[in-house]
Amino acid sequence: MAVTTHAAPPTAAKPRSGSFRPIALELWHDKAGMIGFTVIVLLILMAVFAPLIAPYDPAIQSVAARLKPPAWLPKGSWEHVLGTDQLGRDVLSRVIYGARASLLVGTSVVLLAGTFGVLFGLFAGFKGGRIDDLMMRLVDIQVAFPGLLMILLIISAVGPSLSTMIVVLAVTNWMIYARVVRGIVLSVRQTPYVEAAEMIGCKPGRVLFKHILPNLTSPLLTLGILEFTNIVLAEAAMSFLGLGVQPPATSWGLDVSNGKDYIFVAWWLITFPGLSISITVLSINLFANWLRVTTDPQEREKRFARLKAVERRRNGAPAGAPAKA
Amino acid sequence: MGAFLLRRIFQGMLVVLGVTLVVFVATRMVGDPAKVMLPLSATDAQRAAFNHQMGLDRPLGAQFITFVGDLSTLDFGDSLWQRRPAIQIVFERLPNTLALIGLGLGLAVTLSLPLGALAALRPGGVADRVVVFGGLFGLSLPQFWLGLLMIMFFAVTLKILPTSGVGGPSHYILPAVTLAIPSLARLMMLVRSSVIDELNQQYVRTARAKGMRFHTILFGHALRNALVPFLTLAGWEFISALAGYTVVVETVFAWPGLGLTAMKAIERSDLFLLQAIVFTVAIMIVIVNILLDVLYKLIDPRIKLA
Repeated sequence: MAVTTHAAPPTAAKPRSGSFRPIALELWHDKAGMIGFTVIVLLILMAVFAPLIAPYDPAIQSVAARLKPPAWLPKGSWEHVLGTDQLGRDVLSRVIYGARASLLVGTSVVLLAGTFGVLFGLFAGFKGGRIDDLMMRLVDIQVAFPGLLMILLIISAVGPSLSTMIVVLAVTNWMIYARVVRGIVLSVRQTPYVEAAEMIGCKPGRVLFKHILPNLTSPLLTLGILEFTNIVLAEAAMSFLGLGVQPPATSWGLDVSNGKDYIFVAWWLITFPGLSISITVLSINLFANWLRVTTDPQEREKRFARLKAVERRRNGAPAGAPAKA
Repeated sequence: MGAFLLRRIFQGMLVVLGVTLVVFVATRMVGDPAKVMLPLSATDAQRAAFNHQMGLDRPLGAQFITFVGDLSTLDFGDSLWQRRPAIQIVFERLPNTLALIGLGLGLAVTLSLPLGALAALRPGGVADRVVVFGGLFGLSLPQFWLGLLMIMFFAVTLKILPTSGVGGPSHYILPAVTLAIPSLARLMMLVRSSVIDELNQQYVRTARAKGMRFHTILFGHALRNALVPFLTLAGWEFISALAGYTVVVETVFAWPGLGLTAMKAIERSDLFLLQAIVFTVAIMIVIVNILLDVLYKLIDPRIKLA
């Protein structure tokens, strides 16, 4: 076992807000989570610096260079590493620019829907009684809507565009936040410290945001990240159906849709944008999986117990003394 | 039970009313049917005539009342595309979608139970890692891409399955598998985690201590208790498939169900047909939701119907 200079006691470190080193170390030790995190950072950099990285303008067409295969195939050339599409556009550049649509839509929808859902859930849970009943009934009703079909109908009535898609996805995806937040608020309200805060005369706003909201950070963070993957997939699917990002803008889903008529002659057209979507969602899932286990006290306890059991089996001695680094 | 059913039916009616309101607002107030349904070259006079013919120049309140009245008799207007009542087309296409969902979800449900239970036997073991990673992987593949890849591999390269459309039983394989994969991933992960939780319960320790055989514990107790959350998720999968998540699969495989019809209706700006599809599905979802609630009660007597 390699000896590191900053050897934190394994899993015994209690992460407090503001102490990032133990958390970063834990992430470093979880291979899958670390890979996911690294890919996410790279994707964000790729989206932000797309004009600097991409070899070509993603919209520039060239009749001379149509349907060129990727560089490693017999007819390919290193001028177009991942080949070109039926209009002679560079696939690599389009894949790089495509990250922008996914991340932009994912972020704005999660922020919009999350803010509304959290406020809704906080208010319902805090007010309780009849108002809570009424508000949650509204949530139940909207959950029972035929979601995707309504989205299709609204978009076809209003006309597809990037902003329409963001608004519609936000309007149809806020309910889960409201439900989660309301559930937690109801249980936290019963705790003595919230009662005490109310007793000494804290205003409702202060109780809500200072005492109740901090309990929500960990579950909300995980929920937001998982919702982000759902939105990325939804954006891709809608752009694939022609109801999301509109040409000449680029999106991975749109590119798969453009390439689907050429699967007999040019497999690379659908392969690379589709692969980008999968890699993005998979990395976020891996990271979220790590985050959920790490920020949940119960999961930490289980993991700690498992670690101790392994140690005990290995040493044949009662566990208790901390393992030496 | 009777009071419960009444309350759920009332709530279902509220859902349908909500759908009505949203559809009305989206199509009549935010969108402009004349702009959507008439060609770009239509003159102002033609637009006005269209609006008059459809009653779109009357006050909104009057329009809404007619709209609700028509809906309550399942009259959604004639499809502009096929020139016949929209509801007829819906009933023609619905069986195709239901067959696809039934097959896909059936596959997901039957595979997820053994795979999830296998993973749960040794958390952290080889089978568990394969299942967890497979599950995360299955959740990360966009369905349309998965479908196209399978067409490319099985239909274009190996030439053993048809690319799309309907026909013999072989036409069902690729669309059903594509539809099943994400559901299978979610269900499998759920079975895994609930069986792990159940196997850590006190009653399992007691059963073991008194010498009960392990497979009786697993099949008779752990899996059975894990069935309640499993059915909740399976019901949700069914509803969300019905709610439009077959659109993508149907488009990729040219499967003539409701989803593909909805896409065709959008292409042809056929708002009436689209409206008919949305309402039929909304009513079906309401009914399925009520049936599911009753089913939970039958499976788990502890659940109180409220």
